[in-house]
Amino acid sequence: MNQPIRWFTFAAPSRFYALVNALNPWLWAIALLLAIAALYIGFLVAPTDATQGDSYRIIFIHVPAAWMSMVLYLAMAFWAAIGWMFNARMASMLARALAPTGALFTFLALWTGSFWGKPTWGTWWVWDARLTSELILLFLYLGFIALVSSIDDMVRGDKAGAVLALVGVINIPIIYFSVRWWNTLHQGATISMTAAPKMAQTMLLAMLLMTFAFWAYAFAVVFTRAQALALEREHDAEWVRALRTKGKELQ
Amino acid sequence: MIWSSWGDFWHMGGYGLYVWGAYAMCLVAMLAEPWAARRHRQQALRASARHERVQ
Repeated sequence: MNQPIRWFTFAAPSRFYALVNALNPWLWAIALLLAIAALYIGFLVAPTDATQGDSYRIIFIHVPAAWMSMVLYLAMAFWAAIGWMFNARMASMLARALAPTGALFTFLALWTGSFWGKPTWGTWWVWDARLTSELILLFLYLGFIALVSSIDDMVRGDKAGAVLALVGVINIPIIYFSVRWWNTLHQGATISMTAAPKMAQTMLLAMLLMTFAFWAYAFAVVFTRAQALALEREHDAEWVRALRTKGKELQ
Repeated sequence: MIWSSWGDFWHMGGYGLYVWGAYAMCLVAMLAEPWAARRHRQQALRASARHERVQ
């Protein structure tokens, strides 16, 4: 039998919950294996950089974290908008679940960038267009989290969050193109769609493997948080009751 | 092999503090977040049970 997968069924929190339980062990395994491979290549295979010495090895987490910070914001705004337009509860929950992970990756991009900037630029921080717009991204995430959690009415909170998230999307192209639009201390794009990568194959491989590891990690942790939010919102639903009975049996 | 000893590895060509400072924060954050998310889920399940008893 070759039945097509009906994706919309996963919009029901109960089905979403079960799907995540099946997916997450795999996502964690993939994240761990890819991270180990990335670290192995990044620290034991990739050679020392001719100009930056070994300080460049921060790139293997810095660039993936910065990419994730932007991609997760777009995902958050997308699901917040879907939740708003179609009144889809799971979509709004996903948007809320994405925010803390996005904030964390933004913080990590800033932190690792700071630890890379000190030895190479001689300063932990500079009010450069790239760094400043990334800091604004962190404030957008924190603002979204504060806003949605400050409104008791769930649906109104989701709507207010969607408005904030959508307005904030303007910051994403600003971050991305900041190194081109302004004269920044931050270097240009490491990888672009149009030009050949400006880095050694092994370095590029380690960075890409770490990016996929971060992707798997983000999916797993966001899904877990979305499960928690679904349980909170639907605490008196039949599927949650069934889940509790099952939990008691297992103990 | 790039590194001749463990000491050499941790030293990172003089950039040990920066490289390991960046990686350590990344590791701590990426262990703490899943832990917090799982705890959140557990508490949500427990809270739903409390809610049932109240009813």
